[in-house]
Amino acid sequence: MSAPRKKWSRYAIEVQALKLLRPLGIAFFVIITVFPFYYMVMLSLRDISAVIDAPGALFPSFSELSTAAYERVLKSSDDGGEGFLRFLVNSAVLAAATVVVTLAVSILGAYAVSRLDFFGRRTVHFLFLSVYLFPPILLAIPLFVAFSKLGLRGQLPVLVIVYVAQTLPICVYMLRNYFETVPVSLEEAGEVDGATRLQVIRKITLPLAVPAIAATGLFVFMIAWNEFLFALLFLVEERQNWTVSLGVSQLTNIETPATTLMAGSVILTVPIIVLFLFAERLMTEGLTRGAEKG
Amino acid sequence: MTDAPVPAPAPQPSRRRARDTRARRDSRAGMALVSPTVIVVIVMVVLPVLWALLLSFQRIRLLQIRRLDLLGSEYTFRNYDQLLSSSEFFETARTTLYYSVFGTLGAIGLGLAAALLVRRSFRGRGIVRGLLLLPWVAPVVAITFIWTVLLSPQLGFVNAVGTDVLGWDAPIPFLSQEKGTVSLFGLSIGVPTALLMVIIFESWKSFPFAFLFLLARLQAVPGELEEAAKVDGATPTQIFRHILLPQLAGVIALIAVLRFIFTFNAFDEIYLLTGGGAGTEVLATQVYSFLTARNDVGASAAVAMFMAAVLAVLLLFYLKFFGDRDRPA
Repeated sequence: MSAPRKKWSRYAIEVQALKLLRPLGIAFFVIITVFPFYYMVMLSLRDISAVIDAPGALFPSFSELSTAAYERVLKSSDDGGEGFLRFLVNSAVLAAATVVVTLAVSILGAYAVSRLDFFGRRTVHFLFLSVYLFPPILLAIPLFVAFSKLGLRGQLPVLVIVYVAQTLPICVYMLRNYFETVPVSLEEAGEVDGATRLQVIRKITLPLAVPAIAATGLFVFMIAWNEFLFALLFLVEERQNWTVSLGVSQLTNIETPATTLMAGSVILTVPIIVLFLFAERLMTEGLTRGAEKG
Repeated sequence: MTDAPVPAPAPQPSRRRARDTRARRDSRAGMALVSPTVIVVIVMVVLPVLWALLLSFQRIRLLQIRRLDLLGSEYTFRNYDQLLSSSEFFETARTTLYYSVFGTLGAIGLGLAAALLVRRSFRGRGIVRGLLLLPWVAPVVAITFIWTVLLSPQLGFVNAVGTDVLGWDAPIPFLSQEKGTVSLFGLSIGVPTALLMVIIFESWKSFPFAFLFLLARLQAVPGELEEAAKVDGATPTQIFRHILLPQLAGVIALIAVLRFIFTFNAFDEIYLLTGGGAGTEVLATQVYSFLTARNDVGASAAVAMFMAAVLAVLLLFYLKFFGDRDRPA
C-alpha cells in the first residue's frame, strides 16, 4: 500500500515541480523550433537597410513589409533576377522522377524481403545497411569521376539515379514494415483463385498498401528536394539545371542582401513544410513502426 | 487474422513434391523481385566503394580523369603515408569525433526531454508534435542560412540582443571565431566558439529524429508498469529512472548509433555554416576540399576510406553488443 504522504514529501515536491516545468518545457521546445522559421519569413519581407538599422526588431511595422526580395529571387536572370522559377521546376521534376523510380523498384524489393523466402534474403539487409554506412561523400568521389569521364555529370537524369540509390534502402525498410502487417491469408486466397504472383501484388497487396506507399513517396520527395551535396558536386557548372537548394546556396557567392537569401530560403522551405504538415502522421508512423518493439 | 476466407493450402505429407516446387517458385520470384533493388545498390554503391578503394591507392589528380583508364596504373601507399604524417589530418579527425559525439548526445538529450514532455495528452498536442519535427524536415540549406543570419555579427538577432540587452562589449562572430573566452563567476574559460555553434546546430536539427523514435517507444510502454510503481509511492524521477529508462535503453542505443553515423558523415551542415573554417573542419569537408580545391582524387579517396573504416569498426561493436538481443539464448 502507498504510505501516507506528508505535505512536503519528495513525491509532492516532484509532482508540483513537474506541473510547473512541463508547460515551460513545452513552450521552450516550441519556441526553439518555430522561432528560426518565423525569423526567416519576417526577414524576407523587410527591407535590408531597415534590418541593418534595427536587427533586434521582431515585429516590423506593416508599412515596412515588401515583396521586393521575392521578385528579385523569382525573376529570370535575363530580367536581372536569380531565376528561381526555373530552379523550382528543376527540383520538382527531379524529386518527382526520383519518387516514381524509387517506388517502382522498392515496392518489388520490399515485397520480396517481407514475403518470400529466397536465397540470400538475409544478406540483402547488409547490402542496404552499406548504403548508410558509407559516407555520401565517399560515393561522390567515384561517381563524380565516372560521370565526368562519361561527360554526363551536369545532367538531371544522372542525379535521379544517384537519388534513387540513396533513398532505396529506407523505402524498402518502410514498405517492408507495412507489408508485414498485411495478413498473408488475403494473398493466399488470391493465389488459390489462380492469380500469379505479380497479379496478387497488383490486385491485393498494393491497394491495401496505398497509404504506406504514399507516405514513403512523400518521404522520398522530401529527401530529393532537400538534397544538397550531390546537386552541388554534379550541377554547379550547369546553371540552367540547378535545384532550389543549390540556387539558394549559391546566393551567398555574390553580393546578396540577407533579405534575398531569406526569400530564397522561404521558397525552398514552404513546399516541404506544406507537404509535411499535410501527411505528418502517415510519414512518421511508417518510419517508427519498427521502433515500438524496442 | 487466422480465419482465412478460403482454406490455405495446408502442408500435407503426401504433397511433398508440390511443396518443394512452391518453395522453389517462391525463391525464384523473390530473387527476381529483389534484383532491381540489388542491381541499383551494387552499381551505385558497392562498385563505387570498391573503385574508391582503388583510387585511394593511386596518385590521381582531377585533370587526368579524361585519359584515366578504369583501374588506373600504379598503386602506392603514398596517399595514406601523407595523411598519417600530417598533423592537420589528426586535428580534423579529432574535430570530427567531438562533433559526432556531442552532436549525438545533444540530439538524444533534447529528444528525450521533448518526448517526455509531450508524452501525455494535452490540448494542441498534435500541433506541438508536428512543430517539433520542423528542424528535421526543413531543407538543410535553408536552416543553415537562417542560423547564419541569426548569428551574424552585423545584422543578426542574437548579437543585437546580446549587445543591447545583455550588455556584451562587442558582437560575437559566432561562426568565424575559433577561440573565445567566457567569463563565468569570475573565471575565464576558453571556448571553441564556432565548433560549439555547429554542435548546437546539429543537436537542434537532429533532436526531432530522436524525439520521434523515443515518443513512439514511450507510448508502447505498458501503462500498468507505471501505475504499479505509482501505487508503491514512486516519484516521477524514480519512475523515469527505474521504469522508463530501462524500457528505452534499446532504442536509445539504436538512435545513438544511427545519429553517430549520420553526424560523422555529415557534410552539408558544416560546409554551409562555416565552410570548414574556424576550427570546424571535419573529415567530410576535408574530402570535399581535397577533391575540388586541390583536385587530388587519391588523397580525398584515402580520407573517405578512413571514414568508412571507422564506421565499420563502430558497427561491428554495436552488432556484437546489441545485435543479438532478440536471438534466443
